Amino acid sequence: MIPPAFEYTRPRSVEDAVRTLADAGEDAKVLAGGQSLLPLLRMRLAFPELVVDVGRIPGLRGVREEGEALVIGALTTHHDVIADPLVRRHAGLLAAAAATVADPAIRHRGTLGGSLAHADPGGDLPAVALALDAELVAVGPEGQRVVPAGEFFVDFLQTALRPDELLVEVRVPKTGESDGWGFHYEKFSRVAQAWAMVGVAALVRREDGHIAEARIGLTNMGSTPLRASAAEEALAGADPDGVARAAQSAAEGTRPAAEPGVSAEYRAQLARVLTRRSVLAAAGMG
Amino acid sequence: MSERTGEREVGRSRPRKEDARLVTGQTTWTDNIGVTGLLHLAILRSPMAHARIERVDVTPALERPGVVAAFTGRDFAELASLPCAWPVTEDIVLPGHPAVAVDEVRYAGDPVAVVVARDRYTAADALEAVEVDYEPLPPVLDLEAALANDASLVHADKGTNRCFVWPLATGERYETVRERADVVLRRRYHQQRLIPNAMEPRSVVVTPLATSGEYTVYSATQIPHVLRVMLAMVTGVPEHKLRVVAPDVGGGFGSKLQVYGEEVIALDLARRLGRPVKWTESRSEGYLATHHGRGQIQDIEVAATREGRLLGLKVDLLADMGAYLMLVTPGIPILGAFMYPAIYKMDAYDFTCTGVFTTRTPTDAYRGAGRPEATYAIERIMDELAVEVGLDPVELRRRNWIGHEEFPYTSISGLTYDSGNYEAATDKALALFGYDELRAEQAKRNESGDSVRLGIGVSTYTEMCGLAPSRVLRDLRYAAGGWEAASIRMLPTGKVEVVTGTSPHGQGHETCWSQIAADVLGVPFEDVEVVHGDTRSAPQGMDTYGSRSLVVGGAAVHHAAEKVVDKARKVAAHLLEADERDLEFTDGVFSVKGSPEERRTIQEVAFETFSSHDLPDGMEPTINAEHLLDPENFSYPHGTHLCAVEIDTETGRTSIRSYVCVDDVGKVINPVIVEGQVHGGLAQGIAQALYEEAVYDDEGNLVSGTMADYLVPGAPDLPEFTTDRTETPATSNPLGVKGVGEAGTIASTPAVVNAIVDALRPLGVHDVRMPCSPGRVWEALRSAQSDRSGWEGAERS
Repeated sequence: MIPPAFEYTRPRSVEDAVRTLADAGEDAKVLAGGQSLLPLLRMRLAFPELVVDVGRIPGLRGVREEGEALVIGALTTHHDVIADPLVRRHAGLLAAAAATVADPAIRHRGTLGGSLAHADPGGDLPAVALALDAELVAVGPEGQRVVPAGEFFVDFLQTALRPDELLVEVRVPKTGESDGWGFHYEKFSRVAQAWAMVGVAALVRREDGHIAEARIGLTNMGSTPLRASAAEEALAGADPDGVARAAQSAAEGTRPAAEPGVSAEYRAQLARVLTRRSVLAAAGMG
Repeated sequence: MSERTGEREVGRSRPRKEDARLVTGQTTWTDNIGVTGLLHLAILRSPMAHARIERVDVTPALERPGVVAAFTGRDFAELASLPCAWPVTEDIVLPGHPAVAVDEVRYAGDPVAVVVARDRYTAADALEAVEVDYEPLPPVLDLEAALANDASLVHADKGTNRCFVWPLATGERYETVRERADVVLRRRYHQQRLIPNAMEPRSVVVTPLATSGEYTVYSATQIPHVLRVMLAMVTGVPEHKLRVVAPDVGGGFGSKLQVYGEEVIALDLARRLGRPVKWTESRSEGYLATHHGRGQIQDIEVAATREGRLLGLKVDLLADMGAYLMLVTPGIPILGAFMYPAIYKMDAYDFTCTGVFTTRTPTDAYRGAGRPEATYAIERIMDELAVEVGLDPVELRRRNWIGHEEFPYTSISGLTYDSGNYEAATDKALALFGYDELRAEQAKRNESGDSVRLGIGVSTYTEMCGLAPSRVLRDLRYAAGGWEAASIRMLPTGKVEVVTGTSPHGQGHETCWSQIAADVLGVPFEDVEVVHGDTRSAPQGMDTYGSRSLVVGGAAVHHAAEKVVDKARKVAAHLLEADERDLEFTDGVFSVKGSPEERRTIQEVAFETFSSHDLPDGMEPTINAEHLLDPENFSYPHGTHLCAVEIDTETGRTSIRSYVCVDDVGKVINPVIVEGQVHGGLAQGIAQALYEEAVYDDEGNLVSGTMADYLVPGAPDLPEFTTDRTETPATSNPLGVKGVGEAGTIASTPAVVNAIVDALRPLGVHDVRMPCSPGRVWEALRSAQSDRSGWEGAERS
C-alpha cells in the first residue's frame, strides 16, 4: 500500500525536533523505528502533513546506570534492549518482554520509545513499563518533564505527550534478582509474530517463600495497558495456593474489547489464567 | 563432450536449479520489469458489499499533476465479460462480469474506476479524488437465506441467487440403503472462506508495439497459455498478436489460475493509450480482489451397519460462488463431488451441490480445490461413526476401505482408482506415530482429569489429481482439454532444451524435468535447460494447477525424450553402418551389440544431424521431438495422516504435539522436492484447521483485511513433521508418478480437527468450527459444560 503524501524532515537534535514539532502543531507525527507509524500511513489510517524522523538524533540510544535506576534512550531498539547487560541484570522483565515483540526484523528496527509513545494496548512494552513503575522523560519547548508510566497512557493510541513534546528516555527502577525480584512475561498470541491477545507482565519480590510485593501489568485488557491492582493486593503474602486465588481477581476493573472469535469473557479468562501462570513463574513457584 | 556417470537422475534429491535466483530475488518478478514510458494503474474499489452506483466522476482525478487518464466501467463497454470456462450445468445462471463495475457493485473490492498515472504514487493518491455516489443495497451473505424466495438478489436481472444445482446419484438408491441401516448419522460442517497468500502478489505489465499491433503481457500467472486465449477472446486483440509471459512467479496455490479483470484492463489500456502499463496489487488489495477459496456448508449423512460397515453416503452442499463466476468457480465443488466416498466401499452415493451467489469476493481454486472440503467432511464423519458404533477410528476405516488386492477399483462415484495400498501406508504411519502408546497415555490423562487433554486424529485420504483426461473434462462441461505438451530440442553442441507447457511458480519443474530428460536421453543433468512460461518460446500448453504438471507434463517430457532417442537411433545406425535392431542405447551411448567400440553418443548424433552431411535417405534433418499427452486417467495419491494435539482447557489453546504422515505419491522424481511439497501442504491444511478465516461483518465488509488479522502461520507455529512414504506406482503414466502438490493440504485439515474433537469429546464437545481458535475451543468447552455450575476451565491439579 502507498501512504498519502507527506513532508519529511530529519532534525539533528532534540531541540531542533521540538522546535519543528511546535511549529507543525497537530499535523506532525514523530517517526523513530517506523514499525508502528509506517503501517498506519500505508493503510491510510494516519494522514500527517509532516513526518519528523528523529531516528538519527545523537544521544538517544543506549542504556546507562543512574543510581537506583537504568536510563534507556528512547531510540534504543528492542534488539539492543534485549542484548544489553545492564537491562538483563537490573530490568530482566523488560528484556524478556522485548524478546516476544513480533519478529527479528521488527526487533532490529523498532524502538522502546516508539513502542511506548505509540501506546497500543496490544503492544507488549506499555504493560511492562507500568509493572516496572517506569518514568518517561519528555522534552518540550518549556524543557524537560518526567511522567510516571501510570499517568502516561491516556487512551487507545493516546499518551500524555503533548504534540510538541518528544519522548527522549525511559527511567526504570532497578529490580534485580539479587534484590529478590523475579519476573515473567506471559504472552498469549495466535501466531508467533502476532500481537498479544492478552499478556501478563509479572514482577514479584519474594521473602521467606512467599510473595512480599507483586506488580502486574496487563496487555490488551482495555484501551490502555492496565495494572491488575486487585490481584496485586491479594498477592501480598501469598503462597502458591494464594497465587491461584489472587489471580481470580486479575480481570477486575478491566474492560477488554471483543473481536471476531475473541469475546470479552474469554479475554478475562485469559487474564486470570495467565496471571496465575506468570506470577508463579516470576516467583519461581511454577 | 561430457558423458554420463551412469547414476540415474530420477530418484535423486537434486537441489533445485531455480532456487538461487528465486531465493535471492535476482530475477524477473513481474513487478521488477521496468520499461521506458511505463504508466501505472491504480484501481478504485467499492467500499461496500452491495450498492447501486449513482454517479462516478473521475474528472477531479484527471486534474492531478501526473495523472494521464482515468476511466469508469462505462469506458470498458466494448470488452466482453470476464470468462467462466466451467458452466457446470446446462441451465447454470451466468451473470455478466465486467472488469470494472458499471451500475452496481457486488462485493467490497469490486472495481469502480481506474486511474493511470506516470508513477505508482500519483496513481494511488489520485484515487482519493474520484467521486462516487453509492446507493446502498442489502448485502447477501448467508448461503441459506440467499436461497429464500424473498431474498435480496446479487444479480437482480437473474431473479435468483441460485447459480446451479448439480446432482450425482450412483449405486443403489440412497433411501433404500438407508432403510436397512442400523445407524444413520447426519452432520453439518462449515468450510470457512480462505484467502490465498502467494508470497508474490499479483502483477501485470503490458507492452504494446504500436507499429505491428502486437502486445506482450507479462503476468504473475499460473496459466500463460490459457490466459492468452482468454485475453484474445475478451479484448478482441488477435491471438497471434498476443504474447503472454509468466516470468518467475512467486507462488499461486490456485489464486493465479485465473483470468483477472486487471489483466484485461491492462491490455486494453495499453492498446488505447499506446503506452506500456503496469499494475501490482498490494497485499490488502489482494485480500479483497484476488479470488478466495473454500466457503461451503456441508450437510453429510452416512448410513451404516451396527458393525460399522458403510452402506450409503448422502451429501448436500451449499457452495459460495461469491458475486461473480470466475474462470472455474462453479467447477470447484464439483471436483469435490467425486471425492466424498474417498477410499471407502459403499452401496449408494447421493450428492447434490447448489451454487449460491453472495455479495462477497468470488471464490475459485485454492490448493486442493474441492477435494480438501470433501475429504474433511468424510473423514470427520467417519470419526463420529466410529464413536457411534464403538470402534477405534482406524479400525472403522479398515472395515470399509478398498483392499490393496482389489485395484484397479471403480469407486461408487465412478472413478477408477488404478493403484493404492491403504493398509501399507496406515500400518507404517501407526508405527511411526506410536498410536497404541498415545492411546494409553490419553486414557490415563482423561482418567486423572488433566487440564491439558490429549487428542488423536486420523485422516486416511485419497484424491484425484493430474487434471485431466480431456474426455472426462468434456463430460464435466469444462471448456478446455487436459493434455500437456513437451518438446525437446537437441542443440548442435549436445546440450538440450526441454520446452514444457507447464508453468511453474515455485514447484521446481526445471529441476525435475531435467532429471527426467537426462535419464531418457542419457545426458548430464547440467546439460538440460527447461524453457517455460512464454507463449512465444513454449507455444503450447495447459499450464500448472490441480497437481497435474508432473503427471501430465513430466510424462510428456518422458515421451518426447523417447521419441528423440528413436530418431537418434536411426542416425546412429546409419553412421555405424549397423541395423537399428543391433544397437544398444545405454547412458547416452549407441553401440553395436557385441562390438562396444563401435559407438556414437547422442550428443555426437545431435551434431551430425545439425551438419546433416550424412543422414539416412529421406530423413528430416532433426532429432528434435514433440509429444502431446492426453492422460488416460487421473492420478490418485493417498496416505494416512496422524495428528496428536494437546489442548489446554484453561485457555483453549491447541498445540500439535506430533504429526506423522505417510503419503503414497507413486514413484518419486526428486525426494527433497516431494518433501517440500508435503511440508507446505501440511502447513496450509493445518492453517485451515487452526488459524485462517476470511471474516466478514454483517454489512459484508472483509474484517480480516490484512495479515495482522488474517493469520497465516509461520514456522514457529507449526510442529516438526514426521514424513514417510510408501511407493505404489501409478499405472496410468510411464513414470509411475502421482501428483503431490495438494495432497498434504487435503489430508491434514481433518487429521487436526479429528484430534481436537477426540481430545474434547470426554468433556462433552462433539465439534468445533474451523478455524479452531483458542477462543472457539474455550467457548465450546464452556457451553458443553454449562450445566456444571461455575465452570471456569478445569483447575490445574
